[in-house]
Amino acid sequence: MDINKDLIAASSTPIVLAILAEGDSYGYAILKRVRELSGGRMAWTDGMLYPVLHRLERLGHVEARWEEAETGRRRKYYRITPGGRAQLAEERKQWQAVDATLREIWRALSLPLTASHLASAAPLPQGV
Amino acid sequence: MIAHDLEPVVLEEQIDQWRSYLRRRQAIHSVDVAELEDHLREQVAGLVNAGLATDEAFLVAVKRMGALDALSREFAREHSDRLWKQLVVVPSDSGEPRAAARTDAIVAFCLAVTAAVFIKVPALFGIQIDQDAGFYARNVSFFVLPLLTGYFVWKRRLDTSARRRLAVAFVPFVAAGVFANVYPFLPAGYTETLAALHLPIVLWLVVGIAYAGGRWRQVAGRMDFIRFSGELFIYFVLIALGGGVLTAFMAMLFRAIGIDPEPFFESWLLPCGAVGAVVVGSWLVEAKQSVIENMAPVLTRLFTPLFATVLVAFLGTLLWTGRGIDIERNLLIAFDLLLVVVLGLLLYSLSARDPRSAPGAFDVVQVVLVGSALVADAIALWAIAGRVSDFGFSPNRVAALGENVILLVNLAWSVGLYIRFLRGRGSFSDLERWQTEYLWVYAVWAAIVVVAFPPVFGYI
Repeated sequence: MDINKDLIAASSTPIVLAILAEGDSYGYAILKRVRELSGGRMAWTDGMLYPVLHRLERLGHVEARWEEAETGRRRKYYRITPGGRAQLAEERKQWQAVDATLREIWRALSLPLTASHLASAAPLPQGV
Repeated sequence: MIAHDLEPVVLEEQIDQWRSYLRRRQAIHSVDVAELEDHLREQVAGLVNAGLATDEAFLVAVKRMGALDALSREFAREHSDRLWKQLVVVPSDSGEPRAAARTDAIVAFCLAVTAAVFIKVPALFGIQIDQDAGFYARNVSFFVLPLLTGYFVWKRRLDTSARRRLAVAFVPFVAAGVFANVYPFLPAGYTETLAALHLPIVLWLVVGIAYAGGRWRQVAGRMDFIRFSGELFIYFVLIALGGGVLTAFMAMLFRAIGIDPEPFFESWLLPCGAVGAVVVGSWLVEAKQSVIENMAPVLTRLFTPLFATVLVAFLGTLLWTGRGIDIERNLLIAFDLLLVVVLGLLLYSLSARDPRSAPGAFDVVQVVLVGSALVADAIALWAIAGRVSDFGFSPNRVAALGENVILLVNLAWSVGLYIRFLRGRGSFSDLERWQTEYLWVYAVWAAIVVVAFPPVFGYI
């Protein structure tokens, strides 16, 4: 399943901040965690994570430091700042509101995803 | 593991290549490349552990990283400032270059301050700028150019034999100092003014030898010095403009409280600022040369067609109307300056041109520019020659005539070489060689004006 680009972009901030709230991390490990959490459904293009991290760093939500990794290479680690935690709390509230709204409307519709008006469209992957 | 002995080598090569692709992207800095490389290596290691061969793992890892263009665009969106090349005096990349850049900056500023102190030293002995303008005009080179030479000797970290040769290079400074100060010049006379104007030209060559370090004998080394001189000139003008704004505000502020800052400007701010700006400008040109597009070639591109148009229009009008040139006192100097500007336009478009590229439309414009300047100058010389007996040979006129001939010869030969190049008979580097060899001619002529003119014309 391909998630739409806008959704990926919008959700990247809370996801990255939340992963960093679990503990300091670096790019590759963050991506691995995303894949784990989403069961492989959220496929980010690896490189795109870094501009996101740099934006969070510029906004002061995370701070970065270079450290020697166990492999002997230098690696850039990110840590969430108090400002980042506040931002995460704020994002979380917003996403919960969106989520709650969607849940309500799904229940009200109580229709399966393959509704009649979609039947003519290309067959959707099952098990969604 | 299936790792063969050769594979790590191949992987390193592939990563090197990938890294060099990334480095070409302006929006991705080398710190980011390091971060992405760490990611790539981790990914490759993970995939190899999962059973892939190294080369397969590399391909998958690169693919997952995303298309370079898209990645570069994302970085550019986040770091839009990076598309404007920044002058990073002290690069943020860690390691030794950073320390070297900082030492360089400190040395340059110390030398600028020293130059500012030097120019005030004569005041201790009662030689004031407003009363002894002649002394300062004759000696201004000595307050700053030896320091600049020293800076380049230090910066190029010359070996001892080159240093010994440069110790010899300080001899011209001493000799020039003697000539400038023992000749019994008539105060504010012609020969004094000429000596003051030509001395810096001679000594600038000495700075050039230090600048080029061990590469003075090579065309490329001297070409670099020409580039450096043009950029320094532009930086100096920019710093001077900034200084003018600063001075204007200072004047306004202090006049508002009833203090006249003018004496301070004249005897402190202007002289100290000017000599300091030469050193700081030189350091800036060195520090930014790889960071910012050179300005001189950009201005050259802009003004070569415009100057060519003006000159062709002038010649056309002259031919059409049949007017003669009004000969007045400063005509020769005006044409000298015209030739200097044309030479500058030629030099700085040469300096930015890739010698290997084929002749193009701009080269034709260049030839038209130089050719029309030569014709205009020849007409002016013809007009002057007809009446030279009315004027007589004053030192100014001889100097101006000499300079005109020197520039004329240079440009005429250049245009010949250029046409040969355009017709595919000669190489572009002939032109570069000619220009860089010719640097000596300017210096020798300037030295003649400084050393021989005053006694020949009786120090008037």
